[in-house]
Amino acid sequence: MAFDYEKYLRMDRMPHMWCPGCGIGIVVKAMLRAIEKVGWAQDDVAIVSGIGCTSRTPGYVDFNTLHTTHGRALTFATGLKLARPDKHVIVISGDGDAAAIGGNHFLHACRRNIDITLIVVNNYIYGMTGGQASPTTPFGMRASTAPYGAVDPAMDICQVAIAAGATYVARGTVAQGLLLERYIANGLRHKGFSVIEAMSDCPVQYGRRNRMPNAVEMIQWIRDHGVPIARAKDMSPEELEGKFITGELHVAERVEYTEEYLRVIERAQKAVGVQA
Amino acid sequence: MAKEIRLWEGNHLVAEAAILAGCRFFAGYPITPSSEIAEYMAVRLPQVGGVFIQMEDEIASMGAVIGASLAGVKSMTATSGPGFSLKQENLGYACMAEIPVVVVDVMRGGPSTGLPTHPSQMDVMQARWGTHGDHWIIALAPAFIDEIFWATVRSFNLSEKFRVPVILLLDEILGHMHEGFRIPDPSEIEIVDRARPTVPPERYYPYDDTQGDVPPLAPFFSGYRFNVTGLNHDKAGFPTTNPEIIQRDMERQRRKIMGHLDEILWWAEHRLEDAEIAVVAYGSMGRSAHAAVDRARAMGIRAGLFRPISLWPFPEAEVARLAERVKAILVPEMNMGQLVFEVERVVAGRCPVIPINKVGGIPIDPPEILEAIRARV
Ligand SMILES: Cc1ncc(C[n+]2csc(CCOP(=O)(O)OP(=O)(O)O)c2C)c(N)n1
Repeated sequence: MAFDYEKYLRMDRMPHMWCPGCGIGIVVKAMLRAIEKVGWAQDDVAIVSGIGCTSRTPGYVDFNTLHTTHGRALTFATGLKLARPDKHVIVISGDGDAAAIGGNHFLHACRRNIDITLIVVNNYIYGMTGGQASPTTPFGMRASTAPYGAVDPAMDICQVAIAAGATYVARGTVAQGLLLERYIANGLRHKGFSVIEAMSDCPVQYGRRNRMPNAVEMIQWIRDHGVPIARAKDMSPEELEGKFITGELHVAERVEYTEEYLRVIERAQKAVGVQA
Repeated sequence: MAKEIRLWEGNHLVAEAAILAGCRFFAGYPITPSSEIAEYMAVRLPQVGGVFIQMEDEIASMGAVIGASLAGVKSMTATSGPGFSLKQENLGYACMAEIPVVVVDVMRGGPSTGLPTHPSQMDVMQARWGTHGDHWIIALAPAFIDEIFWATVRSFNLSEKFRVPVILLLDEILGHMHEGFRIPDPSEIEIVDRARPTVPPERYYPYDDTQGDVPPLAPFFSGYRFNVTGLNHDKAGFPTTNPEIIQRDMERQRRKIMGHLDEILWWAEHRLEDAEIAVVAYGSMGRSAHAAVDRARAMGIRAGLFRPISLWPFPEAEVARLAERVKAILVPEMNMGQLVFEVERVVAGRCPVIPINKVGGIPIDPPEILEAIRARV
């Protein structure tokens, strides 16, 4: 039976504001299938975003939805999760939102290992504001603020997440929606901070400036530049140059923040003689 | 339960009063002279089943308290000038999305990192206008230990009642002073909780003006699924650029504060009955002015004190009436002149308004205010 997306979409909010060919839709569909797969009730899920094209997702999906300020989604999400540790909090961000303005919050959410799932739609560019360079714009590629090619080296969001302490880190692409769905579902099930980076296309703002004006071409480019982690193990750094590694890059277990805080409450209450 | 009079530090009492007012979530980042609030909350909140978190910065703290409040938990953060500046974008978000939160600003000198461990009253205008765009806000500035307690409780009550962030303005003197206070019995404390919807979820609109100026707010995860955004939005909370909807919503947001002044305004008067010189002072300068007025009276000078406790909204009509009957109004402030602009605006030439300004971290003491009073008689 075909998946019933309408169950999870606010159909009265359609048509959405994303451009034709944009990869965000593929990510949102993968997220909805993943939520169904893990069996969470809509009332028990909050979807939080910052500002950007990706961050418009909350308006279209039928959950408790929160569209916050640019880069700050994880901070609002942290408050929500701490207030209701029994509920599920998903954050969806653009690469600029998560890695530039939100970079500090990103590091600390990873470090805390709080049980939130972060989905980063990496389209290499600031989509909403008109194609300016983002921390993930590859070196030498063009953006409206990098007219001669980006000078800054690109940031690897997954490597940063692993280094900062996230306990589930995966990278998928919009060329492989089913794999993406599996990574998101595993991230949702994972107890701790999960990061799923979804390599996505932005034909209008990125592709047009970098000789991939058509969505299909750009998605093919993404597919061709992803190297599954098993294959990457046998490849040299030279061979991996300009490529990105896909798959479940890091899965670990570590104390989860809200669970540990419950133990803090127990200790504090015991000290003052309160029966929990 | 402490029922005896004990010595309270101002900052600690804010934290204890917040807990009594129902606060169960605090997110903060250390900054002098506010840090004792966070430290106290770190000890006390888990004891009452609440959550304290030290976030990575003030922006994050502000985001976290909004998130927690949206889940239905009364929330507070505390900071000082530079941190207050960092909070401003998300403070505007809380105004726009109408999420109740309490933000304590224990003022220090400035601009910039200024005078960290010294008192000032330099954030009065930041409290009113710090965030971008038109917005309405409530700011309270207590002066005495009992007022610190009640102003904290009231900050929560007003934020819940009007779905608006409330700023509690202290200064270093008040934050760090110690004074005796007896914590009232919980039965003596009125607690206000935000109105919750009574309609079924499919008929719930979080910004529906037919529900009054302050529509009920459902907590997240309570079966009411809705959207919250910092963008201008329609009654359901979805982004809109429709000018009529925006105009109407912004007018309601103004009306919910400015149309309910009788429930919000708060001030104290001291020996004003027959005064010919009035001092308008708030916070710790209200204390200096109180003493100066008593000394002036002892010398036979008819001086009196008007002490606004709600700085925003400002008790305009009361100050305007006062200006009709006195020869002059003095406004001592630990800054180069901030609230004096508001006093001048509402006095509108009815009598002279004389600022007394001192910066550098030294309070204006009673003899200085007395001197200024004497100069006017
Ligand atoms: C504090 C602040 N700075 C800047 C902006 C402007 N702004 C809106 S969206 C955006 C970038 C969005 O890019 P990204 O996060 O990569 O998301 P995308 O639109 O590509 O999905 C920026 C800079 C803002 N809204 N707020």
